[in-house]
Amino acid sequence: MRRDRLAAIVGVAESELGETPHRTVLQLQAQAAKAALAEAGLEKGDVDALFCAGNWAWSTNLMLAEYLGITPRYTDTTNIGGSSFEAHVGHAVAGIQAGLFDVALICYGSTQRSQRLRGHVPPDAPLTEQFERPFGLPTPVGAYALAAMRHMHEYGTTSEQLAEIAVATRKWATLNDKAFMREPITIEDVLNSRLICEPLHLLDCCLVTDGGGAVVVVSERVAQRCRTRPVWVLGHGETHTHHTIANMPDLTTTGAAVSGRRAMEMAGVRHDEIDVVEIYDSFTITVLLTLEALGFCKPGEGGPFVSGQRTAPGGPFPMNTNGGGLSYCHPGMYGIFLLIEAVRQLRGECGSRQVPDARLALVHGTGGVLSSTATVILGRD
Amino acid sequence: MAHGIPRPVEDADSRPFWEGCREGVLRIQRCASCGRHVFYPRLLCPHCFSDQLSWVEASGAGRIHTYTVVHRAFGPFQADVPYVVALVDLDEGVRMMTRILGDRSSVRIGARVRVEFVEADEGLVLPYFRVMDEATAS
Ligand SMILES: [Zn+2]
Repeated sequence: MRRDRLAAIVGVAESELGETPHRTVLQLQAQAAKAALAEAGLEKGDVDALFCAGNWAWSTNLMLAEYLGITPRYTDTTNIGGSSFEAHVGHAVAGIQAGLFDVALICYGSTQRSQRLRGHVPPDAPLTEQFERPFGLPTPVGAYALAAMRHMHEYGTTSEQLAEIAVATRKWATLNDKAFMREPITIEDVLNSRLICEPLHLLDCCLVTDGGGAVVVVSERVAQRCRTRPVWVLGHGETHTHHTIANMPDLTTTGAAVSGRRAMEMAGVRHDEIDVVEIYDSFTITVLLTLEALGFCKPGEGGPFVSGQRTAPGGPFPMNTNGGGLSYCHPGMYGIFLLIEAVRQLRGECGSRQVPDARLALVHGTGGVLSSTATVILGRD
Repeated sequence: MAHGIPRPVEDADSRPFWEGCREGVLRIQRCASCGRHVFYPRLLCPHCFSDQLSWVEASGAGRIHTYTVVHRAFGPFQADVPYVVALVDLDEGVRMMTRILGDRSSVRIGARVRVEFVEADEGLVLPYFRVMDEATAS
């Protein structure tokens, strides 16, 4: 079985998280970037490639690089929503493999909670958005609700099964002192929380928080002189299938079917070899659809798969071990935090929430309205 | 009538569609090269990349592919809750987002629906749909 070490993640860090009205989006990224480079034993001057995505500047990379004092030789502002950072890892690996650079810094930050950026209805609906925005579907939650309703119709999936995901994820959050929501919840709590867009309840939805993160990806050569134990990138894949939800080819099958297969084939790993999965959980339905599309269960079997708290601490399928976007933090584009948690699990740094002997991790981002996906397979020696 | 609904920016692709709505006609495109219908409107057929697209009048009938009942909305839509937003598959084989009018108990996936043009905001006519009576549905 082929297990090529394509590149290594040697540094990961969060900024202050939660509610940070005293911080700018640049400060959050500066905090995370400094900490991620420091744990690797690298310096700002070592960075030769910069990756960033966000909606806070017309060119995130121009503003952030200037602010940090970095002059990259390679730059990538790919923005496909919350999965951008898994895509960035793939692009960084490709650049490293091509010999274009050795040290890539991936950054994200958002102050959406403090700035109350959610819930704004724009006055215009330009270009292809004119065929959706006037109808008043709250975005993104409404689009995910449309997919959930269709999944229920096709397969008999229930609100209780979706709630299993929220409850299990909250259990992980109780073990993470950085998590925003740490009070245990029950399936009844989820079902009794107010309806947002049927069939999704408030507790089926991710948090709205501030926060930032950074990930450092380096060549095998540089990894050898870093302080941290390298976490190897073994495979990656990405795709996007649509922009508007009416144009999603199949509302119950995400691009994970493509990006996941590609990443796993590149890594040469089977499903039963994966020790821990970090899956984008903007909504409970996001996770359920992703598990099916990745092939951890068959189409339509996501409900039974997550039932009985199988994804909770101590369960047979450890998933979203930091408490996820549902309970830990979700600053708009959550994907970078999936990578951070997977790396810490593989390094064995996670204390009471540590998955025993985790060697292989699958990280999967989803962006837009189930629009884009990117999958990364990580492993340690 | 709500005020402040996001305004479609009518453009070189979409103008005949919105003019049709104001005239009470549901217009979609048809590709002369591959024969498939196309919505939303565009310059090239997304199936075969032909530029031989022309406007045709849709039957206005279709089926609910999926829907949601919106309970929490923002801005101009707040006053409407709860309301039904759906994806409807027209009989011509294209899918569009819309609202479903009328009794919510009639709304289900697979239900037959027909277009109704509604002035949702001043000068803004949107194609909404209503579930057909059992007798007329087919
Ligand atoms: Zn065609």
